[in-house]
Amino acid sequence: MLELINKANAEAVDRIQKAQPKVVGIGVALNDIPGMTKKTILHAGPPITWDRMSGPLRGAIIGGLIYEGLAADEAEAIKLATSGEITFDSCHHHNAVGPMAGVVTASMPVWIVENETFGNRTYCTLNEGLGKVLRFGAFGEEVTTRLKWMASILGPVLKEALALHGPIDLKTMIAQVIQMGDEGHNRNKAGTSLLIREIAPYIVMTSYSNEDKIDVLKFLNSNDHFFLNLTMPAAKSALDPAANIPYSTIVYGMARNGTDFGIRVSALGDRWFTGPAEIIDGLFFPGYTKEDGNPDIGDSVITETSGIGGFAMAAAPAIVQFVGGTPADAVNYSTMMYEITEAENIAYKIPVLNFRGTPTGIDIRKVVETQILPIINTGIAHKNAGVGQVGAGLVRPPMKCFEDALEAFVIKMEQEGIL
Amino acid sequence: MVLYDIRKNAYYDSVTLMLISKEIKQIEGVAEVLVGMGTDLNKELSSNLGLGGEAIDGLSPNDFFIAAEVSNEQVMAEVVETVARLLTQKKASGDSVYRPVTLNAAKGMIPELNLAVVSIAGQYAEDEVDRLLEENIHVMLFSDNVSVEAEKKLKQKAVDRGLLMMGPDCGTAIINGIALAFANVVKRGPIGVIGASGTGTQEVTSLIDRLGSGVSQVIGTGGRDLKSEIGGLMMLQAFDALIADPETKVIVLISKPPAPEVAEKILKKVSETSKPVVVDFIGGDIEMIRKAGAIPCISLEDTAYKAVAAANGETAADFAGFEMSDAEISKIVDHAVSGLKPSQKFLRGLYTGGTLADEAMKLLGNQFGGIYSNIPLSPEYELENLNVTGKHTCLDLGEDQFTVGRPHPMIDPSTRTERMLKDIDESTAIVLMDVVIGYGSHENPAGEVADSVRKLKAKVGAPVVYVASITGTSGDPQGFESSKEQLEAEGVIVMPSNAQAVRLVGKMMHALAQKEA
Amino acid sequence: MSRINELFKQDLKVVNMGLESFYNDLKAQKVETIHMNWRPRAGGNPKMLALLKRLNTKK
Repeated sequence: MLELINKANAEAVDRIQKAQPKVVGIGVALNDIPGMTKKTILHAGPPITWDRMSGPLRGAIIGGLIYEGLAADEAEAIKLATSGEITFDSCHHHNAVGPMAGVVTASMPVWIVENETFGNRTYCTLNEGLGKVLRFGAFGEEVTTRLKWMASILGPVLKEALALHGPIDLKTMIAQVIQMGDEGHNRNKAGTSLLIREIAPYIVMTSYSNEDKIDVLKFLNSNDHFFLNLTMPAAKSALDPAANIPYSTIVYGMARNGTDFGIRVSALGDRWFTGPAEIIDGLFFPGYTKEDGNPDIGDSVITETSGIGGFAMAAAPAIVQFVGGTPADAVNYSTMMYEITEAENIAYKIPVLNFRGTPTGIDIRKVVETQILPIINTGIAHKNAGVGQVGAGLVRPPMKCFEDALEAFVIKMEQEGIL
Repeated sequence: MVLYDIRKNAYYDSVTLMLISKEIKQIEGVAEVLVGMGTDLNKELSSNLGLGGEAIDGLSPNDFFIAAEVSNEQVMAEVVETVARLLTQKKASGDSVYRPVTLNAAKGMIPELNLAVVSIAGQYAEDEVDRLLEENIHVMLFSDNVSVEAEKKLKQKAVDRGLLMMGPDCGTAIINGIALAFANVVKRGPIGVIGASGTGTQEVTSLIDRLGSGVSQVIGTGGRDLKSEIGGLMMLQAFDALIADPETKVIVLISKPPAPEVAEKILKKVSETSKPVVVDFIGGDIEMIRKAGAIPCISLEDTAYKAVAAANGETAADFAGFEMSDAEISKIVDHAVSGLKPSQKFLRGLYTGGTLADEAMKLLGNQFGGIYSNIPLSPEYELENLNVTGKHTCLDLGEDQFTVGRPHPMIDPSTRTERMLKDIDESTAIVLMDVVIGYGSHENPAGEVADSVRKLKAKVGAPVVYVASITGTSGDPQGFESSKEQLEAEGVIVMPSNAQAVRLVGKMMHALAQKEA
Repeated sequence: MSRINELFKQDLKVVNMGLESFYNDLKAQKVETIHMNWRPRAGGNPKMLALLKRLNTKK
């Protein structure tokens, strides 16, 4: 059994290491995301029903329905959401990922990322910025207006710029930003900067008005986390080919919906193993406390799953200011993650660890045995819809996910007659 | 009210937590407190202290909790804050080197690991030691509460692979001149020692140093090695290693009397080497040792004398007396006994080292109407309820009944301090103690004893006589000379060895008996 | 030569599992040593330990 697992895990990690994620274009959710319909709303995390959703997710759905013109206001939106007419599903079930509430509706523009090695594609919306934004559950005129501008100007401008530029190599770009103080989840300043630098001339070259080009460039510049919506689909595109390898105990997906935290394990296919999403302990913006925070939410933990984010914390010591620690703590957290992963990343290297590759390929056996849970760097959403980010901190998945997955794995091996 | 503070997935070692518990108990408003990991033992202890509850029932050994009976919530807040402060202090004083969780990660940091010192809770030790031996890493197993079956299995594995598996319950070793766990700084030299008893080994090796010689290797076997179930597996293995070791010219064996067939196996090995073998089977069969061609001993001190003599190519007669002259000894005895009041009748032995306590009991024997103890020479002298009134007593404070939920008295002298303040009164004539310094021990055991003596001199209205010996060397962190000075400053009579201290006390008790007659 | 006699010729490289004071004492003697952040495997959970053991069989 041991040999079978080790061999399968080596295969899984090999596939992850071989990934070549590239931004190949910008599409529209309805046209490009598999299985998308006008009345489908995708969200972050494992599947969840309306009655169990937390504030930010409900708010985002309300905002999404208003944006699509399916509802005129909050009341109508709620009625529609609970009517059964709307299909809710995990982004992950449609090759997509979304930060925070992660709500994707039909008209939204989406990044198209392709893993050149295996040909698989993943999708993610464009990041709206901070403050009153859909992904924190805000809705209303400001939100709708911005989303409409993103669909009518931002998306198309970037699409044309990208077509002129050609595909952008995300692997190389992420490797660079890890060495520039980013970790790809909660710190994306370098990534956003490199992206703007790369694409700016081509934005200028597009056929749009100067005013539009200026608005686009200013928008990109105003949002440090714009790059997050690329690191996420890049990570997913690298991990998806590692799914469904028989006997592999490697985690290929982690996600939260604001109520549940879920993981998916290679040998166990599509199944989600869930537990309660945790309340995050961290540093809160003035006026807010732990009591105000929503439980952990978002697909952005896909970055940790792929070996960056919190796993690369040693590369982003500035992060620790958010969590009240020291740069030595950041190094320690990354170092601990090597004890639960299979390999060191061949592309993403951490300078302060002597250019050691980031911890890659989480093994559920190691998590259960060592009791070391993956460390996640995350923003904290207010538990009420639409208030926005109230802080940032460190959080972990519940051990239950890994224990349940381990048990399911053993049962599966018994059923297949291996054990 | 009983309140709890819980921290999941935060692990601290047991001694750190016990020492913190102690400090927290002193906070005003705290009636009772337990700071610990969510182990079954701690849950039980909490229950016994009236601190049990649902909040801690569901915890795992990886979760940390504070359970306290406090007068109000503010007190609890202070408790929580103080614990946090003490834990951070420990962390801050720690270095910034990464502490790996898995052995694999440890090997990544030091690829050529060759020795592991294991002091985790006994129930987990078997598994961990097994993995270490799998990796061909030698092991010193300090933990106790490991089953006999496990010990046998692990030692057999170690023997098969030619590895050291010192323990379980092995407190003392000195390998390549490095003191491991509770051991002294002893000069390097030609004497190799294999010991099944911790403080016994410490006493012998300290005296070897003081007599001007030194040790090549000091290998511990754990207290059960020479029982018939284990069959002396590690002592035999170590014996072979010392026979083959060019630096070892003399071999010393120290243990309580082995099971007869095990003693036979060991003594048979004596004929496999031309190196002198000095054997102290503490109180065991002397003839059997002599017949096997080894050199028998009558005390730990005698063992050191004979080993040093053998290293010098000489033989030594039994050392059964004193380093001081008879006249000097008489003077000390007379002076001590003449000052005693009629109410002062009894001996109070208070030991932290088990073998030293055992040696004391054996040397004093049954001469004075029997000495009661928690490790009595015969069952009728078992101390009931640890109540010492009205009889001669000699306690081994390192035994289980004194160490539940408390660190060993060599680490935390407060057990002995409490006992001293409780047991010593106007009926006490003589107090006999060991003071064990060296690595592992408290930072100033002599100071703690001196403090207690000072307090008692103020409290007890009779001139109690204090006799002690220091097990240690001038190289020890606490300093042999400094320890001696602190004790003598309070009038404690410091003898050069446990055996001499016990003999002196024997003489005093004789004189006292004659005085009363 | 047994591994023990080999050990006698090597510099000690020690891994400490348990009481931190032992680690500090080793450092004081300038020994190359690591203190493990040891915790019970699988948190001591017997069910998980059993599952892990089953996956550990050599095949």
